[in-house]
Amino acid sequence: MYNSGKIIAGLLVFVAIIAFPFIYSMGTDIVKPEPKIDTPVIQQMAVKQCVESKNFMKAEHMQLLNNWRDEVVREGKRVYVASDGKQYNMSLQNTCMHCHSNKKEFCDTCHNYMAVKPYCWDCHIAPKENNL
Amino acid sequence: MSMDRRQFLRIAGISTILGIGAATGVNSLRHDAAEASEFEPGPDALKAKRWGFVIDMSKFKTDDDFKRVIQSCHSIHNVPDFGNPKDEVKWIWKDAFERVFPEQEEMYMSGEMREKPFVVLCNHCAEPPCVRVCPTKATFKRNDGIVMMDMHRCIGCRFCMAACPYGSRSFNFRDPRGKDENGQPFIKELNPEFPTRTKGVVEKCTFCYERLAKGLKPACVEASNGGIMFGDLEDPNSEVRQLIGKQYTIRRKPELGTQPSIYYMIGGSENA
Repeated sequence: MYNSGKIIAGLLVFVAIIAFPFIYSMGTDIVKPEPKIDTPVIQQMAVKQCVESKNFMKAEHMQLLNNWRDEVVREGKRVYVASDGKQYNMSLQNTCMHCHSNKKEFCDTCHNYMAVKPYCWDCHIAPKENNL
Repeated sequence: MSMDRRQFLRIAGISTILGIGAATGVNSLRHDAAEASEFEPGPDALKAKRWGFVIDMSKFKTDDDFKRVIQSCHSIHNVPDFGNPKDEVKWIWKDAFERVFPEQEEMYMSGEMREKPFVVLCNHCAEPPCVRVCPTKATFKRNDGIVMMDMHRCIGCRFCMAACPYGSRSFNFRDPRGKDENGQPFIKELNPEFPTRTKGVVEKCTFCYERLAKGLKPACVEASNGGIMFGDLEDPNSEVRQLIGKQYTIRRKPELGTQPSIYYMIGGSENA
């Protein structure tokens, strides 16, 4: 092989750079985020149930919120009829955050972990625990 | 098994048609089931074909009458007070006759009339020029005539501000959640039930769409003590239509063809 020294050295450097993030975070314990739902309002609920099932909310809450936004702002429809027939007022500030009044422990834990930055709170007012 | 070209084409064609047909059939079924029963307007929501105001200026006598109405709107909608006219954000405000109705200014008109203050707000035009120019459809006309803002879509280009002949739109040059030099927040008291806006979007009166949805009157109507009436302009029996039919009313710059939905009963001085 020609230039074997340079090639092997280059490969080693390449592998080191690629592997760096894995090696770097090997020692640290990465804790899976666990959003908390122990707010006063949720504690008092007999059946601890969001507007849809937990799994649906986990996977689809962003689409749900986008649909809510478009229906309320653009179509003027404010009532959400859930798949179990219950009706909810579609409002992030007044419905979602009424129960989930712990934004830091609920929304932010996962969003920070996944490094997503939804811009909801640029305009919508977060519950009181967050000092604006 | 051998197959000639004709047979091959026939089978390929039939299976393609069957495949596409089945896919669209299944999709449309699923779509309809989800959409049909998911969203509804509220049961108490006030409905109209075209909302409008009649403003009786004879009911606005003192400075307090104006302040009370403006305050009722700006406080519930988290409208910031930046403290200088250059950055001012306003949904409903006070201005002099000569600037509200520039085309109505007559020679030898009394200075008192010229300076007479009027309440002004978005006219919720039937042919809104702001909607025509908006490149993102962030501002649009609802079926009930309200010219709405979708803050999620506004990119802050300010075309609408240039298009609006009434100066009804304000741009957030500064962060409305910020504080002034003395550490005072621009929004004195936050209404936790309504969002604020962010720096870089245009805002204006929304005819209290969030209150209409709950069956409430717009805030300014409630605070005006009968100075502002609201109703359906397309319903001949509505209060506003009765008033417009009986009394002499004027609108702002009707010659532009925007068909404003805000009517003014002038009143004027005591003998008017």
